[in-house]
Amino acid sequence: MNNNRILRVLSGEGFNKAVSSIIAIIIGLLFGFLILIIANPDNAVQGFLTILGGGFMGGGQGFGQVLYYATPLIMTGLSVGCAFKTGLFNIGASGQFIIGGATAIYVGVYWTSLGSVHWIVAILCAALVGGLWGALPGLLKAFFNVHEVIATIMMNYIGMYTANYVISHYAYDANRNLSMDVAKTAEIPKWGLDDIFYNQFGAYKETSSLNGGFIIAVVIAIIVYIVFYKTIFGYELMAVGHNKDAGKYAGINSKKQIIMSMIIAGALAGIGGALVFLSGPSARHIAIVDELAVDGFNGISVALLGLSNPIGIIFSSIFIGYLDQGGTYLQSLNYMPEVIEIIVACIIYFSAFSLLFRKFMPTLIKKFNKTDDTGIANKFDDAGIANDKIANNIDNAETQGGQK
Amino acid sequence: MDNIIEMLNITKEFPGIIANDDITLKLARGEIHALLGENGAGKSTLMSVLFGMYTPEKGVIRKNGKEVTIKDPNDANSLGIGMVHQHFKLVQNFTVLQNIILGAEETKNGILKLSDARKRVVELSEKYGLFVDPDALIEDITVGMQQRVEILKMLFRENEVLIFDEPTAVLTPQEIQELMKIMKNLTAEGKSILFITHKLDEIKQVADRCTVLRKGKYIGTVSVPDTTKEELSEMMVGRKINFTVEKKPCNPGKVVLDVNHISIDKKVSGKKAVNNVSFKVREGEIVCIAGIDGNGQSELVYGLTGLTPLNEGKITLCGKDITQESIRKRNLAGLAHIPEDRHKYGLVLDYTLAQNLVLKSYFKQGFQRLGFINFKKVEDYAQHLIKQYDVRSGQGTKTVARSMSGGNQQKAIIAREIGDDPELLIAVQPTRGLDVGAIEYIHNQLIAQRDNGKAVLLISLELDEVLKVSDRILVIYEGELVADIDPKNADINQLGLYMAGSKRDEVAYE
Repeated sequence: MNNNRILRVLSGEGFNKAVSSIIAIIIGLLFGFLILIIANPDNAVQGFLTILGGGFMGGGQGFGQVLYYATPLIMTGLSVGCAFKTGLFNIGASGQFIIGGATAIYVGVYWTSLGSVHWIVAILCAALVGGLWGALPGLLKAFFNVHEVIATIMMNYIGMYTANYVISHYAYDANRNLSMDVAKTAEIPKWGLDDIFYNQFGAYKETSSLNGGFIIAVVIAIIVYIVFYKTIFGYELMAVGHNKDAGKYAGINSKKQIIMSMIIAGALAGIGGALVFLSGPSARHIAIVDELAVDGFNGISVALLGLSNPIGIIFSSIFIGYLDQGGTYLQSLNYMPEVIEIIVACIIYFSAFSLLFRKFMPTLIKKFNKTDDTGIANKFDDAGIANDKIANNIDNAETQGGQK
Repeated sequence: MDNIIEMLNITKEFPGIIANDDITLKLARGEIHALLGENGAGKSTLMSVLFGMYTPEKGVIRKNGKEVTIKDPNDANSLGIGMVHQHFKLVQNFTVLQNIILGAEETKNGILKLSDARKRVVELSEKYGLFVDPDALIEDITVGMQQRVEILKMLFRENEVLIFDEPTAVLTPQEIQELMKIMKNLTAEGKSILFITHKLDEIKQVADRCTVLRKGKYIGTVSVPDTTKEELSEMMVGRKINFTVEKKPCNPGKVVLDVNHISIDKKVSGKKAVNNVSFKVREGEIVCIAGIDGNGQSELVYGLTGLTPLNEGKITLCGKDITQESIRKRNLAGLAHIPEDRHKYGLVLDYTLAQNLVLKSYFKQGFQRLGFINFKKVEDYAQHLIKQYDVRSGQGTKTVARSMSGGNQQKAIIAREIGDDPELLIAVQPTRGLDVGAIEYIHNQLIAQRDNGKAVLLISLELDEVLKVSDRILVIYEGELVADIDPKNADINQLGLYMAGSKRDEVAYE
């Protein structure tokens, strides 16, 4: 009885998904270890431990930083995952993210008369512009069947250069070569998080860049989860995502769903940009470089690792943020920053294999629970005996599905 | 006996179900061996095991007396085992020729030798009467033609053991006869055929021996000439089956569907797929549109249900002009549609059974409040439909539709469509690929709909079904209605002539 319950949990869908992601992560970590050995054998073990314990090694401030790194990833991960559920591959999270960030900075620098709602307006404007960036590929896909991958990739460059233009002309801090600091009113409130995640050095309190943005991201992830799994809107989005024709047959306006899904995806990534860049003078700023924001692409890995489930995405984002933070400590062990990037990338790469493991998990579990009864040779292949068999045959099979 | 294939004590399990429970099958060289069983009996699973798509938990497979392991379809192919699947495995945007040579390409210095392959394909298709245009794209040709491509694929690979998974489900009576001939020719040339079916007539006609499965269990193997149809069906279903449909006389009432001179252009060529078609369907009447596959039936249904727009004409449902209405509005006006392709249109295969059962009603009050789905209500409704329509599955309402058997998928669609209590039910080949038990059930459901005073429009390729169920038969040929026949006065030869286009009447619009 008890054994049965364990078996049911083991073969349950949720467990299967979680375990497959975890196995993928473990293999990724082992591979990272291999690279550490190649790059610098002497410090490999210590380096590996640094990655493993990374996020916790910096004390409260360090872990706050982990969550701060995770914040934009949650948003871009949701962006990619959201589109993916509707059968669309949003490669454009990077552009949506940066244009959202630039919008937030612009609003944060100039619209100072707004007072206490300043930061909220800045986030909403970022969502709006990000949504616009997603809407265009959505419209092209819905009405002209332009492949969203190509359209969103192109929008990445448009987004990046537009952001560079806006920042360099309107919000440029020439001394630091970065975007200007936003007004105090545009900074996202700390909501007491600075009292949890800090390191005390005598009288000096070292706080992290973490603020309410992380909480906002988590709340948005939960809202996305509810929208997808509990509402008719989500039901329609996923129905179209799984089978466009069946969606049409059921009377769902698939064009509308495609456009809506891309708008939501864009808005989510745009909010991600706002949450990162509205975090005060010591936090990240936009640098004027010809480089696509990496947060958008990490969003793809995050979504894959979280199997496009909004709640899964929260955890996979924290995981990637944790690795990033651990990576920064590796430099003290004589590892080049590039090697650290490679290791983190490898781990993410392997993490994407979680889908593969998910497929094999049920077979593995079954192997562990193999019973030992052996088949008895069937003697009824002779035509004459068959009719007797009919009379004797009593069916006790409860179900008859399962056939492909 | 000289057995080419022996499958001994095969057991294959899926989560929540034993699809094959200790099954033994021996295929003699040069015979046509039928594999008979209801939907979900485990026929397709057993054949998938032989074809290497599933690995059995227990049991051995022997070819020519030697034990072999078949890990994937490539292994099966190299052992000379070929299969025509129930749901075709074709690349939609490849041509017929590209599909046939796929995986068996002949190359010279790395470059495809298409001309040789084309010659062989043309030879094979002429030899066996499997006419297809080698350069047509799969997505543009009919289901019937797609099957010919599948058969040609096996012939092209010179397989010696040929598995046919319900091959006749999509063919016209004439095509079935051709196929039967082809199968006999093939065995005459020394090939051995495993023929999965639940059509007893076909078994009686071509098979030498027959193995019967029921609910995953082995029932027996019989010699076909020594066994009657009734005995076979009893082995398959486990009870006696009524081969005739009981129905009360038809009593038509008000007009429900009024189709007024509609035309629909073909997507590719711009020719008319449906040409100036007019007819009416009344309450308490089953009108059947009969015809050979590809004569405009699909397009007509797409036009009626709103999947494609009309080029000309007008459609009225229950007195309301729905010509310009959306699919959703048509559904709400009382139109239900059992689609031809249950995987493409009928189901979201990755949704659960419950989610699929509300695919057309999830947005209605009761299932939703303020945009949120009430899962308790959905669950209750799904349970109710599952019970009422006897839809069987591994994990009840939570079963993913993809994992259900074809027959139960179809039952789920029927439950959803009839469960909504529609004024007009459009059923397109509703019994395609189903067993006698399920067919009997579906026919009874259609008749129950009619006796409830609802209108039913049945589109069918199977003459037996047409004659048995319908109250009026309209024959479609090249997009035009060519006959309006009372089934009581109809005979099969006459119908065949109309369907083949060698005879036509003026069809009155009434």
